[in-house]
Amino acid sequence: MVVHHSPPATTLTNDEVLRYSRHLIMPEVGMVGQQKLKAARVLCIGAGGLGSPLALYLAAAGVGTLGLVDFDVVDLTNLQRQIIHSVNDIGRPKLDSAAERLGAINPFVNVRKFETRLSSANALEIFREFDIIADGTDNFPTRYLVNDACVLSGKPNVYASIFRFEGQASVFATAQGPCYRCLYPEPPPPGLVPSCAEGGVLGILPGLLGVIQATEVIKLILGSGEPLIGRLLLVDALGMRFRELRLRKNEDCPACGANPTIHQLIDYNQFCGIRGEEAPVTANVPEIQPAELKARLDHGDDVFILDVREPHEYQICNLGGHLIPLGDLPARMNELDSSHEIVAHCRSGVRSAKAVTLLRQAGFAKVKNLAGGILAWSDKVDPSLPKY
Amino acid sequence: MKVLIPTPLRQYTGKQASVEVAARTVGEMLGKLTTQYPDLRKHLFGDDGKLRRFVNVYVNDEDIRYLENGNTPLRENDTVSIVPSVAGGRQWLVASWATFYPLTLFTIH
Repeated sequence: MVVHHSPPATTLTNDEVLRYSRHLIMPEVGMVGQQKLKAARVLCIGAGGLGSPLALYLAAAGVGTLGLVDFDVVDLTNLQRQIIHSVNDIGRPKLDSAAERLGAINPFVNVRKFETRLSSANALEIFREFDIIADGTDNFPTRYLVNDACVLSGKPNVYASIFRFEGQASVFATAQGPCYRCLYPEPPPPGLVPSCAEGGVLGILPGLLGVIQATEVIKLILGSGEPLIGRLLLVDALGMRFRELRLRKNEDCPACGANPTIHQLIDYNQFCGIRGEEAPVTANVPEIQPAELKARLDHGDDVFILDVREPHEYQICNLGGHLIPLGDLPARMNELDSSHEIVAHCRSGVRSAKAVTLLRQAGFAKVKNLAGGILAWSDKVDPSLPKY
Repeated sequence: MKVLIPTPLRQYTGKQASVEVAARTVGEMLGKLTTQYPDLRKHLFGDDGKLRRFVNVYVNDEDIRYLENGNTPLRENDTVSIVPSVAGGRQWLVASWATFYPLTLFTIH
């Protein structure tokens, strides 16, 4: 099997026997399986949407050593899906919050905290102390980093990813199976992935996918069942359809193929086309501060407010502006009067900065961006406006 | 045959989750699909006209890279899936308007 255990020193105490009794009485786990779980060392990358259910179930199941890698702090918007954290944890490091919760569920688990951003410099060293890696991260550079580190260290990568109401799951980087690069040799260029307008995630979706990851981890430890090796599971929560696609090991894969070219970890930001500190998109765009706009409106000035967010965002809160989503703007510029003074806004000021640039290129000379968007309006002018 | 459109690309197909296209091969099908929905083209094909490497196409459950790529024959009851890579969670931005404007990368918290 793919799992390389440290020699198990794993007799169960009477308390543990009682705790795991529903495992022990089923032959697929039994005493031997429970001892394997106790001896196992699983590393969860990320203590967020996927990592929450994943770590909770692994701890409950009796995985002996559970590593967590995260560097974030809990905030209110996490709680819609990151069920390991609570209201009282807001502002705390996610690792502290998660470790406390895991300890409360199962004090027999040795929780190891790595409060750091996983990087090419630390990944192999951290991975060395674990048997299975579960990838619950949220960005392409870390996806490729985890994959390559798993291939280089010979450890399976239990993978899941989510977008809105769809998810993907698989088990990569086993000895015979394909790796993530066999499936996707390259990441999308940064510009081609969805914007915040199309982003978001159904809160239960990481629950579904994180539990699938936990299931795969436990099957690998037990060495039973049919792991998702060589299969990509597609989950559509809206249709509630599960489909699977065949994955093959790519003989030409630069990571795990017959003649690999990746012998050490690389710069994954560079690989993913991310060039460090990029000039903010709002630079060189004429702006108006929220307080100034408020004063102008109070004064009765004729300022046209253009809202470039999506209709569902307009329903959350709005400034009464004329709604034209950024994507529709090129086709709908005829709705605007170029002799008019226009202030464009969005949620945080980024999309509207692009709208201002587009409009200026199209000959609208009197258009400005509301600095900081509706978030700044809420902070500086009207705190009754909800932030999202 | 039926072509299943993944969520991130549905904004370019009038929000449709699946599209019926009549074609004899995968290549012909993709050609017809991107003629019908021109905004899809940039997301499926690179400047070299090749299928992008973060987009996989499956006929039923099999990757066309292990069949005959664009020449893979299609039959009436086949289901074609377009499956792009998805990072999950916090997304790298931008944007549906990537198709007509140069891009700058930023992240949203």
